[in-house]
Amino acid sequence: MPEVTAILEARHFSKRFGGTLALDDVALTVDGGTVHGLVGHNGSGKSTLIKILAGYHAPEPGAELTIDGAPVRLPLAPGRFRDLGMAFVHQDPGLIASLSVVENLRIGNLAQRRLAPIAWRDEVRHCEALLAEFGMSCDPRAAVETLLPWQRPMLAIIRAVDETRALLRQTGQHRGLLVLDEPTSNLADSNVGQLFDVVRRVQAAGFGVLFVSHDLDEILAVTDHVTVLRDGRVAGSGATSGFSRGDLVRLIVGHAIVPTARAEPVEMRTDHLVAVQGLSGPGVRDVGFSVAPGEILGCSGLIGSGFAEIGPMLIGAVPAWRGRLRLGTRTMDLAALTPARAIAAGISYVPGERLREGCIGELSVAENVALPVLGRFFRAGWLHRRALASHARAQITRLGVRPADPALALEALSGGNQQKVLLAKWLQLEPRLLILQEPTQGVDVGAREQIFTIIREFAARGGSVLCLSGDHEQLAMLCGRVLIFRRGRVTRELTGSEVTKERIAHECLGSDVYAAA
Amino acid sequence: MSVSDLTSTPRPDDKTAAPPSRQSAFGQFCHRYALLFAWAATIAIFGVLEPESFLQIQNFTSIFNSQAVLVVLTCSLVLTLTSSEYDLSAASVLSLSAMLVAVLNAQLQVPVGWAILVAIAAGLLVGTINGVLVVIVGIESIIATLGMGSLVAGITLWISHSNMISGISNTLVSLVIVPRLFGISLGFVYAVAIAALLWYFLTYTPLGRQLLFVGRGRRVARLSGLAVGRLRFGAMVGGSFLASIAGVLYAGTSASADPNSGDSFMLPAFAAAFLGSTSIVPGRFNAWGSFAAVYFLVTGIYGLSLMGIQVFVQNLFYGGALIIAVALSILVRRSETREPDIAKDGN
Repeated sequence: MPEVTAILEARHFSKRFGGTLALDDVALTVDGGTVHGLVGHNGSGKSTLIKILAGYHAPEPGAELTIDGAPVRLPLAPGRFRDLGMAFVHQDPGLIASLSVVENLRIGNLAQRRLAPIAWRDEVRHCEALLAEFGMSCDPRAAVETLLPWQRPMLAIIRAVDETRALLRQTGQHRGLLVLDEPTSNLADSNVGQLFDVVRRVQAAGFGVLFVSHDLDEILAVTDHVTVLRDGRVAGSGATSGFSRGDLVRLIVGHAIVPTARAEPVEMRTDHLVAVQGLSGPGVRDVGFSVAPGEILGCSGLIGSGFAEIGPMLIGAVPAWRGRLRLGTRTMDLAALTPARAIAAGISYVPGERLREGCIGELSVAENVALPVLGRFFRAGWLHRRALASHARAQITRLGVRPADPALALEALSGGNQQKVLLAKWLQLEPRLLILQEPTQGVDVGAREQIFTIIREFAARGGSVLCLSGDHEQLAMLCGRVLIFRRGRVTRELTGSEVTKERIAHECLGSDVYAAA
Repeated sequence: MSVSDLTSTPRPDDKTAAPPSRQSAFGQFCHRYALLFAWAATIAIFGVLEPESFLQIQNFTSIFNSQAVLVVLTCSLVLTLTSSEYDLSAASVLSLSAMLVAVLNAQLQVPVGWAILVAIAAGLLVGTINGVLVVIVGIESIIATLGMGSLVAGITLWISHSNMISGISNTLVSLVIVPRLFGISLGFVYAVAIAALLWYFLTYTPLGRQLLFVGRGRRVARLSGLAVGRLRFGAMVGGSFLASIAGVLYAGTSASADPNSGDSFMLPAFAAAFLGSTSIVPGRFNAWGSFAAVYFLVTGIYGLSLMGIQVFVQNLFYGGALIIAVALSILVRRSETREPDIAKDGN
């Protein structure tokens, strides 16, 4: 039984970004040989706290940090966490898929050596012992890309433990702290049990583990202690066994919500314009729903739950395995859909990552807007660039883009205006179904309102809107109906008065408090 | 708030807020035409240094006439580079095309028109193979065309038995190199026409614009419904087509074909394409910028050679120009965007 003393003790952690206090006098204690869960919404301060420990942010003055009984001066220099016996495994496991397991495991070690020859046989033996210790069975010479999806975070964890142990051996300290930042969020539907087994073995090896997650199932399954953050403060902390799932949900969301009286039967339109049936693909299982003309349907869930994945499949950019999409009188096979066909059928998709998928920042606003309608301006063998520029100016003026100058490079505009340009690009096609992915990400509050207005007016003209978002407040403001995804499936449909920020959050967290009520 | 608030006629503050572009209009003008100024400066410098020999009208006509081949080859690269593919086989296609005209016409007595058609068909075939390798198989274009370039060069040596072949029909020669108006030959006219066509294609047709988007962001292009694969394929075929035209012009210019003739064009063409992308339409590969770049580079070489500087200077000059041009375009881009590149700041 390892000695139970605090391996990490953080007190009075605060962090201010501009006008907002992202972290407000937070305390966190992780004991050696225990798994400590850290839960909270996006924006609750989880990642700010982690980034202070990683030396990425400096905390406000007054913060205190004690590692293994010894006080540490803040802010930490980037990378200093290693010397303190801390290791981080992020959502992206940071493995090179085409290299072998042994190369990935030893990359940190190899990075510190120069010309000393590598004894590959010893490396492989070391690797095998390590994999056996943590109960992972795979060939050290196999390429990482041949591993099963849940084995990759396992490998990243084992690597972090190995590197930390090697370092602690040098410094003569004995215990390490492993920070797991949402290690399961890229795993849909899979065998997380084996991953937890590795976490327990890490714990048995004397490490403290800080397990950051959205997912209450995981928190309840694997942690000994839990701390809930909300709006930058500690909302609750204690032994996991002392909390029920309902307690945690209440702490995360902020206040107990009495289940509303059975919602008034909302009049639902049945003349659905859009119907999706049996959609399955990477991260999505057998999803079906329909959208009426003029309806704004929301989809939400935890990261990796599948709500975000359906966007690229409905536009044909990521091939679905199977599924059908009915649009008016037309039915399309989603497995054979391409973006060109989807657009021709009247679907527009505004992706979430604006500058990677939505538009080309270094090209002008006019060029970006006009891309899908170039053919309209090609007459008598000539692209009428002046007509094109004035068309683009009309479109962006209509949606309130400032400055309304079509000749500017798109990247010169603010995030909100970039998003309005993207909406202009797609709304000019008068689509029947508009799919929006995180439509107000990186957009300031004023522009957010304007974007909502644009979306509502489009729906009021009879268009169908599908809004895929992890921003519950936004969904509550926009949508009349919200589908909740969990592990690739639609598990709940909220309608009418059920569509509130808190209720969406509850359902995303997989709460069953309502089922009981 | 409603959109109708926002939609009303443009307000005055729109105009005040509008163009940060306006105050730097002079700067933009300088940027666009810097290459032309540099060219004029080069002419002035050599004019002062070598007043007798350099400032002769026949020098200029000879410069214009002799570089038509390079202009067309550079146009070929502008097309493929716009789609963000490197076509390293273009110069080999030039040699092959010139050699096919020579072998068919001079050795096998095939009428020169048919010989030209065969040469161009060979270029289209190489372009199609490049397209299959790059788009369908998915090999990086720089590797696929490096291999194809060597393969094509081998075929050229094979059909010529590694010999220079002369005796190409005078019909072709007179259609290309014989001076017509003011000492300007038809070859130069063809080069101008091809540059103009390329300019038209890239600037005034939807396809050209779509190609630009494919080159800048394949994901964006695909999500916008463009036929990304077909556009890239088309660019590879079009590039080889233009390279084979350059080969035909070469055969007409020298009335003969040397199996290694293309090699000396490779670097100048890349240098001109990259240098051209810093002017006329800065930041984009463009036909007139490249056209100006070709003549700027050639004027420099010509002036230096008049001053009695040796042949190796060509290599220094073209290599240096290529590196400086690419470095310039990257530096300009970096000053415009502030996005940090995580992979760049190692340690």
